[in-house]
Amino acid sequence: MGNLLTIRDLRLEAGSRSAPTVILEGLDLDLDRGEVLGLVGESGAGKSSAGLAAMGFVRDGVRIAGGRIDFDGTDLARAPQRTLRRLHGRRIAYVAQSAAASFNPAHRLIDQFAEGPILHGTADAATAQADARALYRQMQLPDPDEIGFRYPHEVSGGQLQRAMTAMAMACRPDLIIFDEPTTALDVTTQIEVLGAMRDITERFGTAAIYITHDLAVVSQMADRITVMRHGREVETAPTRRMLDAPQQDYTRSLWAVRSIRKPEATGPAEPVLTLDGVSAHYRDFKALDDISFGLCRGRTTAVVGESGSGKSTLAKVIAGLMPPGAGRVAWDGTPLAGHHDRRTKDQLRQVQMIYQMADTALNPRHTVRETLDRPVAFFTGLSGKARRARVRELMELIELDPDAFLDRRIPELSGGQKQRIGIARALAAEPRFIICDEITSALDQIVAEGILKLLIRLQRDLGLTYMFITHDLATVEAIADEVVVMKEGRIVESGPRAQIFDAPRQAYTRRLLASVPQMDAGWLDRARRDAARARSAETAA
Amino acid sequence: MTLLRTAPPTALFGLLVLAATLVLGLFAPLIAPYGETEIVGGEYLPWSAEHPLGTDNLGRDMLSRMIYGARNTVGLALLTTGIAFSIGAALGMFAALRGGWIDQALSRAVDVIMAVPPLILALMLLAIVGPSIPNMVGVIAVIYLAPVYRLSRAAAMNVVALDFIGAAQLRGEGTIWLLRREILPNISSTLVAEAGLRFCFVFLFIAALSFLGIGIQPPTADWGSMVKENATLITFGDVTPLIPAGAIALLTVSINFIVDWMLHRASGLKS
Repeated sequence: MGNLLTIRDLRLEAGSRSAPTVILEGLDLDLDRGEVLGLVGESGAGKSSAGLAAMGFVRDGVRIAGGRIDFDGTDLARAPQRTLRRLHGRRIAYVAQSAAASFNPAHRLIDQFAEGPILHGTADAATAQADARALYRQMQLPDPDEIGFRYPHEVSGGQLQRAMTAMAMACRPDLIIFDEPTTALDVTTQIEVLGAMRDITERFGTAAIYITHDLAVVSQMADRITVMRHGREVETAPTRRMLDAPQQDYTRSLWAVRSIRKPEATGPAEPVLTLDGVSAHYRDFKALDDISFGLCRGRTTAVVGESGSGKSTLAKVIAGLMPPGAGRVAWDGTPLAGHHDRRTKDQLRQVQMIYQMADTALNPRHTVRETLDRPVAFFTGLSGKARRARVRELMELIELDPDAFLDRRIPELSGGQKQRIGIARALAAEPRFIICDEITSALDQIVAEGILKLLIRLQRDLGLTYMFITHDLATVEAIADEVVVMKEGRIVESGPRAQIFDAPRQAYTRRLLASVPQMDAGWLDRARRDAARARSAETAA
Repeated sequence: MTLLRTAPPTALFGLLVLAATLVLGLFAPLIAPYGETEIVGGEYLPWSAEHPLGTDNLGRDMLSRMIYGARNTVGLALLTTGIAFSIGAALGMFAALRGGWIDQALSRAVDVIMAVPPLILALMLLAIVGPSIPNMVGVIAVIYLAPVYRLSRAAAMNVVALDFIGAAQLRGEGTIWLLRREILPNISSTLVAEAGLRFCFVFLFIAALSFLGIGIQPPTADWGSMVKENATLITFGDVTPLIPAGAIALLTVSINFIVDWMLHRASGLKS
């Protein structure tokens, strides 16, 4: 059999024709029938553009400036819209990162499933619906006969992502493009979704392009991996060889990211912030249930859990954005008021927060200087020359050049730079305690690594105490001294890092740990088996 | 200057008309051949070299009254829009920021204003306070404050939900800072575009009130009442009364062109 997809010397451009921005340059890809190709790279590497180009599709403002996209004998780069429309959904399907944003919220899942087959004439409505149920069953969705009659908002994110994969399979395409399909999911959910996706592509012999920035995930899914950077291919090799013996320096640096380890904390552990029987409600929903623990001076306490476990609510309660229903939060033995309005300026200064989405945490209409100048003025009362010097000093602390960055507007910064400004804004208050709420989850691994290293250095230099909220256990292993595992608003287990990672006592902690993607070949199968066993153990207990 | 060069022809046309109207309005006494209320000849004189647009029902020069009308109608519309926007936008952002009962009280009060058809409400309020120019400006400002409040509250709601507002609140920033420095810059493009549109409505509203006889009072020249005073001419096949109506239409269309362009720029769409 010949190649299903052959891309040769593909060049994508955006912007004006005279001075174009190059999105992809000289890209070659080959994909056999039934083969899974992993596309890996940082954000902006052009992997999503490459994935879309494999469908003959480019984003608005982008054009194909050269090269061929040969799909089973048709050059998609030059094919008319009519030809592309006949192929899309029928022979090439696409699974997007956010299933929640990709389903039409006004229609039932099964009706959206049937749209493709009816449009392309491969099935009538009744056959399509029967097929939908069969595929839902294969995707291991709960209640496969009925789930299709729900609306998108009535099912969970992981289920929606599986329903979307089922929908992509509706016409039994030859090629599926998966564009970061599990990035937005919890680790434990991710395993189920990955497993179901792999099973179904294997069963129907569907070729796939799997786009991700998570190497461990791609190593489980792909037969071959292409590493991309700045719109060019860096290296392509079969998965095993790519993992064991990467040829290029850049690839090796990607592989090495997960290796940061913070040195063990020494000295006495004296709690600086204590929570005592804290509970909080959203109307009838109990988000926090009797939480008590202490955060030790100069150390990092990681709070881990899946979404909905109450970890972000915990951050809000400590920061004073959400008054607790019961219990108390004490700073150095002094109780803190529940609402930030009733805290003293000094109490506000001591506790700072860094947010998950740097995009929304910084006012896009301000410059970097304005963003930092205000908290410096507000908390330190410095003025004139001293204030300007302090702002520059903050920029140096976060390792950004003051001359190059101070006058830029926030939207002109990259994700990692924005997050650094977020850190600088927190430092401007000269705090002793910083809450980091999922601060690396929206960032690439390489960028995230830089942020973590920065935080570790700042802790050492300034003696900061961190509460680090995350669902990513690799991050926890990198920087935590103490770990608190949360589930459904309660603390499941807590203790020093080594104890939690090496000798977890609770079944839930073990399941969480087993869910962290590993690069070795059999991890996904092992993890699915373990997960099934752990779940039955949890139900039994 | 680069801004103007990238503007589409429709927007340039709009800007040109608006600029011309403003110049005419500002320098009316210098440009107009006769005085605003000066009776210069017979009633309903046809177009001639002396009176390019003829004379009106009292024998006043139509062209001169058109020029003075630009000053009165457009000037008052600008003033009214300004008042409605500064109060409406401030209240809307405040309600979005505070939420709770403050938001409820303000929003329901605004609902009451919006529940009554604007023209009827204006007639009613003007009947109570009496038809004078300051009263008319006040009444129209109150009526148009309602949609501005709704818009700015809705836009500000989206901004208030973002983390940088929480960050500023956690810093202990006051309400004025939050409104002016954190929220306003993020909704200003929406408000500016809306202001252009709202200006048209206010302008038409004043013209409508004048036409009904409770807006700008005679003998002050304004485009709305000029249509009314000379309406009978239409039955004789004379287009003169349509000229002030045409001026109203032209200015409205021009401002809409400018607003379209601004909205387009604000939405961040290229080309």
